[in-house]
Amino acid sequence: MIRYRPADVVDFVVIGSGASGGVIAKELSTAGFSVVVLEQGPYVKEKDFTHDEFRVGYQSAIANNSKLQPNTFRSKPSETAKAEQRYSYGRLVGGGSVHFTANYWRFHPDDFRERSVFGEIPGSSFSDWPLTYDELEPYYTKAEWELGISGLAGANPFEGPRSKPYPLPPLPVKSSGVLFERATRKLGLHPFPAPMAVLSQPYRGRGACTHCGWCETFGCEMRAKSSTLASVIPMAEKTGRCEIRSGCYVRRIQSNDAGRVTGAVYFDSQRQEVFQRSRAVVLSANGVESAKLLLLSGSKRFPNGLANASGMVGKNFMWDLGGLVSGLFDHPLNEYKSVQVSRVIHDYYAADPKRGFYGGAGIDARFNWFPISFGLDGLPPDAPKWGADYKKMLGRYFTHTFSTLSHTTSLSVETNRVDLDPTVKDAWGLPAPRITFQLHPDDVKTLAWTQQRQVEILEAAGATQIWSYPLDDIGVSTHLMGTMRMGNDPSRSVVNRFNRAHDVPNLFIVDGSSLVTSGRQQPTATIQALAYRASESAANAAKKGEL
Amino acid sequence: MTRRSLLLGTLSAATLSDIAKAQGHAQAAKASKAAFGYLSAADAHEIEALASQIIPSDGTPGAREAGCIHFIDRALATFDRQQRELYRTGLAAAQTKRSELFPGSRTLAGLADSQAISLLQAIESTDFFKLLRTHTVMGFLAAPEWGGNHGMAGWAHIGLEHKMAFQPPFGFYDGELK
Repeated sequence: MIRYRPADVVDFVVIGSGASGGVIAKELSTAGFSVVVLEQGPYVKEKDFTHDEFRVGYQSAIANNSKLQPNTFRSKPSETAKAEQRYSYGRLVGGGSVHFTANYWRFHPDDFRERSVFGEIPGSSFSDWPLTYDELEPYYTKAEWELGISGLAGANPFEGPRSKPYPLPPLPVKSSGVLFERATRKLGLHPFPAPMAVLSQPYRGRGACTHCGWCETFGCEMRAKSSTLASVIPMAEKTGRCEIRSGCYVRRIQSNDAGRVTGAVYFDSQRQEVFQRSRAVVLSANGVESAKLLLLSGSKRFPNGLANASGMVGKNFMWDLGGLVSGLFDHPLNEYKSVQVSRVIHDYYAADPKRGFYGGAGIDARFNWFPISFGLDGLPPDAPKWGADYKKMLGRYFTHTFSTLSHTTSLSVETNRVDLDPTVKDAWGLPAPRITFQLHPDDVKTLAWTQQRQVEILEAAGATQIWSYPLDDIGVSTHLMGTMRMGNDPSRSVVNRFNRAHDVPNLFIVDGSSLVTSGRQQPTATIQALAYRASESAANAAKKGEL
Repeated sequence: MTRRSLLLGTLSAATLSDIAKAQGHAQAAKASKAAFGYLSAADAHEIEALASQIIPSDGTPGAREAGCIHFIDRALATFDRQQRELYRTGLAAAQTKRSELFPGSRTLAGLADSQAISLLQAIESTDFFKLLRTHTVMGFLAAPEWGGNHGMAGWAHIGLEHKMAFQPPFGFYDGELK
């Protein structure tokens, strides 16, 4: 891999190497540009991944560690925020694309024009996107083919038109998928094989999934999960123009008096500050970290933070919303084997004014429990927590349970935001992100309404016992969306329709923060489609000398 | 989201060096059959008596056979050092409760099963019990490198076969399709 010196003025610095940053690094380096990717986490290779649930799930081995990088949280602006972990992201080369469950849904055409279709929602800053599904479609297709997505084109009748089928057939159906499919058909619904960023067959030099079952929160030893680490980052490195520099925690994007960015200042692994110069910067750190970094990068020219003349940086934070309902079945399912999800419905995806609230949901059949998490929390909430009966239930329920998870709307609300905590600092001395978040009343109704649909499905599937979990606990968000929304109006948005900052001509912001609406969660495909589109636009502008 | 909050909410996060230390510690203890890194043998015996009611040994291996006490010892020696005080005060309170409920008894380990169960019922809502339950379940079901789950006894109990590769059908209902 090529090594640049910090004093070299490279064409692009990309901050973050995840779902978006990995794609951008590949696109820009293959287009002939010199690229340095600054990743705060380590460069971990497939051989280093493990099935160690304690280390991965409870000790933040490949995710952000709230002890070193805390955030604070409050429900309302009038409260004092307290330190409590409220967001999670992959903190390694490949970012969240390494540890995600690998659900890979496209947003629907209406997701991009919901405001026009459904009208104003009181209490929400709900807006149309500045681009359409049709404009993004070629980039969804490009992402699916380049990264390697398994699925069945045409099986989801609610999906928008697609120019090409999936490159790989769906993964094998699991017992949960069979039961879910039978039940949803009985209810007149339209189940389809889950589109997954996991290879069902060998593809472009990578091997197929071996169904070990350790996907969600884990890295894949087989390179079958289509993370950017396994797919596009090796292509970027192969160009000889892209350096992946890990262990680099960016603290500031530098700008000059002309209002242009000139590179990024980061802490290296010895916590020394290094300034990497560049002609342009792409910020892809995630919806919280990118907002934090812009707010930390103010100057005389940008007194409210970089790219924040509108004051919109950090606002409209949308959460990872959904609820879990589990069911027990007579025969063994052994759901711990293979990928977490094999069947999905989008029948309730579209909002329907007749329901009396705005919002919708996708629902999947899944088992995303692992031994420890199931032992601690997998049994019904009223089950014994210890003793002979607890032990007996554990022995039966782990192999006889599957869950349905809803993926529901998170409406944009301007007061739901990320800013800088006035007192709490991280281990490097940087202000902790302060998150202010409260559910929109319609989001609460969507969650509750969808929970009833999940119960109906499990009943129709023949579950002998059904249990759910409280919906008022929004927990930790893993989808970090909306904080630098895309738009045509520079006073109401941070980036334009090509992810270019309105205020800074040579700064692009490409991650979950650009999303104007939350879809029904599962934002990775959309983030990556935007990354392909933004890269093309950045490369064209650079070639024409317009950056 | 609910499930993820449960996952992340249980333990404070440790640093990577703690993890490496704990794993090294567990391996070394196993290799040398060394007793405990933090707990005294007497305290370990008493705590194990409680853990073995959380996951009892009723015909199949429980917390005792899985060596959950070794996971707990590793936790207190390394990544959960800050919980030592809770164990110390919790164990002392459990002893006081034992004397109250069963005058004449001398140790937790000496209680009959029914007595130990009554005692745990009496302290079930304490922070100490909640942490002990969390540690015991973790010790039973975490990868064996962490000191518990001896011989993968915990995984065998829940029906998890640990392999790098499986072939469909995975369960009964997808098997019916064949």
